[in-house]
Amino acid sequence: MNTKSLYQEVILDHNRKPRNYGKLEHPSHHAVGHNPLCGDRLDIALQIENNQIDQIAFHGESCAICKASASMMTAAVKGKSPTDAEILINEFREMATGKLDLNNPNHLGRLTVFSGIRDLPTRVKCAILPWHTLHAALNAVSSVSTESDNDPMHAAPGSG
Amino acid sequence: MINADVAMTSEADTTINVEKIRTDFPILKLNVGDKPLIYLDNAASCQMPQQVIDRLVHYQTTQHANINRAVHYLSEVATMEYEKARHRVQQFVNAREDREIIFTSGTTDSINLVMQGYGRKFIKAGDEIILTTLEHHSNIVPWQMLAEEKGAVIRVVPINDAGELDIEAYEKLFNDRTKFVGLIHVSNALGTINPVKSMIAFAHQHGVPVLIDGAQAAPHMAVDVQDLDCDFYVFSAHKLCGPTGIGMLYGKSSLLESMEPFKGGGDMIASVTFEKTTYAAIPHKFEAGTPPIAAAIGFGAAIDYLCSVGMEQIAAYELELLHYATESIQGIKGARIIGTAAHKTAVLSFVLDGIHPHDIGTILNEDGIAVRTGHHCAQPVMERFKVPATSRASFAFYNTKSEVDALMAGIRNVQKIFL
Repeated sequence: MNTKSLYQEVILDHNRKPRNYGKLEHPSHHAVGHNPLCGDRLDIALQIENNQIDQIAFHGESCAICKASASMMTAAVKGKSPTDAEILINEFREMATGKLDLNNPNHLGRLTVFSGIRDLPTRVKCAILPWHTLHAALNAVSSVSTESDNDPMHAAPGSG
Repeated sequence: MINADVAMTSEADTTINVEKIRTDFPILKLNVGDKPLIYLDNAASCQMPQQVIDRLVHYQTTQHANINRAVHYLSEVATMEYEKARHRVQQFVNAREDREIIFTSGTTDSINLVMQGYGRKFIKAGDEIILTTLEHHSNIVPWQMLAEEKGAVIRVVPINDAGELDIEAYEKLFNDRTKFVGLIHVSNALGTINPVKSMIAFAHQHGVPVLIDGAQAAPHMAVDVQDLDCDFYVFSAHKLCGPTGIGMLYGKSSLLESMEPFKGGGDMIASVTFEKTTYAAIPHKFEAGTPPIAAAIGFGAAIDYLCSVGMEQIAAYELELLHYATESIQGIKGARIIGTAAHKTAVLSFVLDGIHPHDIGTILNEDGIAVRTGHHCAQPVMERFKVPATSRASFAFYNTKSEVDALMAGIRNVQKIFL
């Protein structure tokens, strides 16, 4: 694939003007995601009421792929139930690791702009980190690392 | 295995014939997508010339057997070629004797051997080990493991804003408890060439042995371990046009003899009974089991190749590339060089305002340009400069000024995409 297609306008736009960027005063759910390989750090906070994600915000330091993925993720899960968010998390992870057949029905919508990431194994973690962190927040795990033993994404081991 | 034309060129003048040299490296003809490969990740691993590839094939097709064992023809040939390779390494670093050269799997393995064999025997609770901010993780983690086991203390030499060691601070760290110094010769992340000779002399005034991590020095300059008077010197073959999986440890013979073996097994013993095993003399004491024989021989061939080009010629040419690249990137608004030491090898570590290094690396890759992005296994350096990561272009003697131009065009393209 042409990797430049990964840096499409929609991704560059979310990187320049990330949606739901910031902090929540008193979140009901919260987690920090960390990728020690590139120093990326992402803080995700949610307000869940009546089984619905009312508010979601993120902030942190990361590459464009990670920031755009976080921005689009927050827009996608806002207003959804945690169960529906988990379905999206699962589908996004399957897509990023090349296990999802995009010809089959899915809920990803515009998030499929990230499908090209499967051809760039070293960047898969960048796109997945926000989802990984959201999963942790929904399951009341306060911090996750792409390199820890309990890495739910089971991504490839990194460099030294 | 020496390329005669290259050898003649290098003797005739101080420059090198880079177009001729490039024809020795088949991989440099590769395309990445529809773009010619521009390989600027030489500090991570250097490419292999046909002469070394041919040597590996020659060994494997006509000389292979296990070494140091049988009396048959091939075993004798293989043993002789393996020991010839050791001799080439000995000459390359100007060690006193061949037995001061231990083959290891690489720099990391060499450092771990010294930590296990010397450190665990001689370093005790309360002792201090001096390291520097510039160290690669491979010269930090083994000593931390030792410090934890023994209750020893790690002291760290700071660096200035240019990425140079604070020598005054280094000298102040010495006291009665100082028992070891681990020092990187050339920083992999920044390219800083450290004044190791005077630092070794200072440590010796305090009776402290010094290990020099030469992984980034040996490929780019002539190294003379007797002139440096270092106690240990380590590097890997794959960073100097050789195979992966092989490297060397130089140690002063008296120190190597005083050390415990790191691994037990065949080939490292004089005699074995269940009551008592007597170890072989150095270097075999430290080479348990069947070594990577072909890789060691390829290591020797890589040294032959580099010497045919000429280490001084390589250093001079790479410095020219560094100056050209440094001037070029200074003309790019929003680009900042990390590591501006007065003495550097051809490493250009840089950051671009508002653009993460991983995005830079991915987009440069689309132009066929291979750079390393990340913390370069030197997180303390990144922390010192308050950056999570950098992009690093590291040059070899087969790179050209037009490749530097392509890198600069690539960087401008990245900036345009992120505008």
